[in-house]
Amino acid sequence: MDAARPYLAAFSSRFLLMLQYRAAAIAGFATQCWWGGIKVMIYAAFFAAAPAAAAASPMTLAQVITYTWLAQALLSLTPWSADPEVALAVRTGAVAYDRLRPVDTYSLWYVRGAAWMASRALPRAALMLLGAGLVLPLIGLSDWAWKPPPTLAAAAAFAISLPLALALSTAFLMIVNIIVAATLTDRGINVLFNSLIIVFSGNLLPLALYPDWAQTALLLQPFAGMMDIPLRLYVGQLHGPEALLGLGLQVFWTVALILLGRFAMARVMRRLDVQGG
Amino acid sequence: MPQILVEDLAKTYRVAERDPGLLGAVKGLVHRRHRMVEALRNVSFSLEAGELLGFIGPNGAGKSTTIKILSGILRPDAGTVLVNGRVPFTDRIAHVSKIGVVFGQRTQLWWDLPVIEGFDLLADIYRVEPARYRAARDELVDLLRLGPVLDQPVRQLSLGQRMRAEIAAALLHAPDILFLDEPTIGLDAPSKLAVRDVVRRLNRERGVTVLLTTHDMHDIEALAQRVIVIGHGQVLADSPFETLRANVLAERRLVIDFAHAAPDLALPDPTLPGVVVRSRRGQTLELAFDPARTPAPALIAAMASAHEVVDIHVGEPAIEEVIARFYDLHGAGEA
Repeated sequence: MDAARPYLAAFSSRFLLMLQYRAAAIAGFATQCWWGGIKVMIYAAFFAAAPAAAAASPMTLAQVITYTWLAQALLSLTPWSADPEVALAVRTGAVAYDRLRPVDTYSLWYVRGAAWMASRALPRAALMLLGAGLVLPLIGLSDWAWKPPPTLAAAAAFAISLPLALALSTAFLMIVNIIVAATLTDRGINVLFNSLIIVFSGNLLPLALYPDWAQTALLLQPFAGMMDIPLRLYVGQLHGPEALLGLGLQVFWTVALILLGRFAMARVMRRLDVQGG
Repeated sequence: MPQILVEDLAKTYRVAERDPGLLGAVKGLVHRRHRMVEALRNVSFSLEAGELLGFIGPNGAGKSTTIKILSGILRPDAGTVLVNGRVPFTDRIAHVSKIGVVFGQRTQLWWDLPVIEGFDLLADIYRVEPARYRAARDELVDLLRLGPVLDQPVRQLSLGQRMRAEIAAALLHAPDILFLDEPTIGLDAPSKLAVRDVVRRLNRERGVTVLLTTHDMHDIEALAQRVIVIGHGQVLADSPFETLRANVLAERRLVIDFAHAAPDLALPDPTLPGVVVRSRRGQTLELAFDPARTPAPALIAAMASAHEVVDIHVGEPAIEEVIARFYDLHGAGEA
């Protein structure tokens, strides 16, 4: 317990602090509702316009709609940008203080990053569930609503997969953080990774809707585990042995990225120059 | 064995350079130029437990670099550093749990958190046992008069309040070594006095070893028993404060107000060896003299007998001036 104490404290402190930014949560929710609504209508138009293709689609329209709302709700669980706290610490040299703590710096940044992403996602997801899951059916738009998982197994797989998605996203966030620490700026790197994440996490288009020849590669790449895998588990599109494969891939990429991040961090800290003052 | 041992320490920074203007920026895209800056070359000293050492030197002399190496943040390029028998960089986690560090220019408290929550978080990070933490915290809050600001977010504190909170934050885990890098920078007089008072008490009453860098010579005068002067990455002097003062402070000043225009003295005068005119303005004359060669009474008598004197003031040069001259003497102006 005592070994974990610093990390638990760092997590809960950041989590609770971030939860207080209500205006940001509401603004984020509004944006994501807007995009979610547009995407849902575009999918509906496509499915209606091409009934033959729709019949052969690996996902039904209802599955795609639920997937879309979930993707909008969990948007901040993907590592869109470096942790602003790390970026600031690197710019101001306050990173020196992180090195003065009797804890593993990688783990400290990791838990703080996980808290940052989780605390941003939680209020947005709750509002989205309320809006797309409850309000839409109540006003007679249940065809457009966020539906519950089809089976208990799908719900259970999602419940395991969601924390794994957070662990994987944080492991990737750490790679971004370490690049920021090495280059002393977060500008270029944030732009570079944004587009990769939007496409390959399934946020732009569910990965199952890409052509068949791309499916294996799309499932195996690391960004799938940040959003697409948990969402496909939720709507029941990945089930049985495939569900286990999806969870296994999430674990694999999390471990691989943590090992890579630790290796890179040790190198960066070795040649870290905290200059001035 | 001394508590802190530093031998032949060297550290070089690699600094990117760019020509000025648009052309320089474009050239920088293609080819980066780097310059090596020697922050430290060959620094050696040692410190016994319970000592209070002042580190002085111009900006860029290597003071902060030394502290960062001693606290395990930076890895030296060459040389030996042992603190409590440990190598700070390689044995970082064990090392930093026993030291407290304050960088006057940076903050270690969380900007948006109330002071007390920042303290709680630090206690968790250092795994301080709850009862011991509460005792240490209450004592520090009392000593540094932090009671009224405990519930305020750090961003709302004045600089003086923040610095006192920073010092408390560095001491919650009861370290036996304290590194203070410019702890009084930008503070007003009462805050400076409070900081000095705490540092002195920690050192005298608890035997905490203190290594302090500062540009404020009054900090050094008030606190340090021993002073290291550093310049261009080298130790220029390592001596008790009084020795340093006596060596470079041998000079006295005599300011005389005359009833009429100040006389134009013919100096050097063989009867008044070592006396020089520093300034002559209107009725006021300022002389510098070496009391070992011309005692003050003899100089005053000589002045009073030849001229009509209104007022006399004997003083010493300001300590800042002495140190500046010391830097010049060793060619250690700002790097």
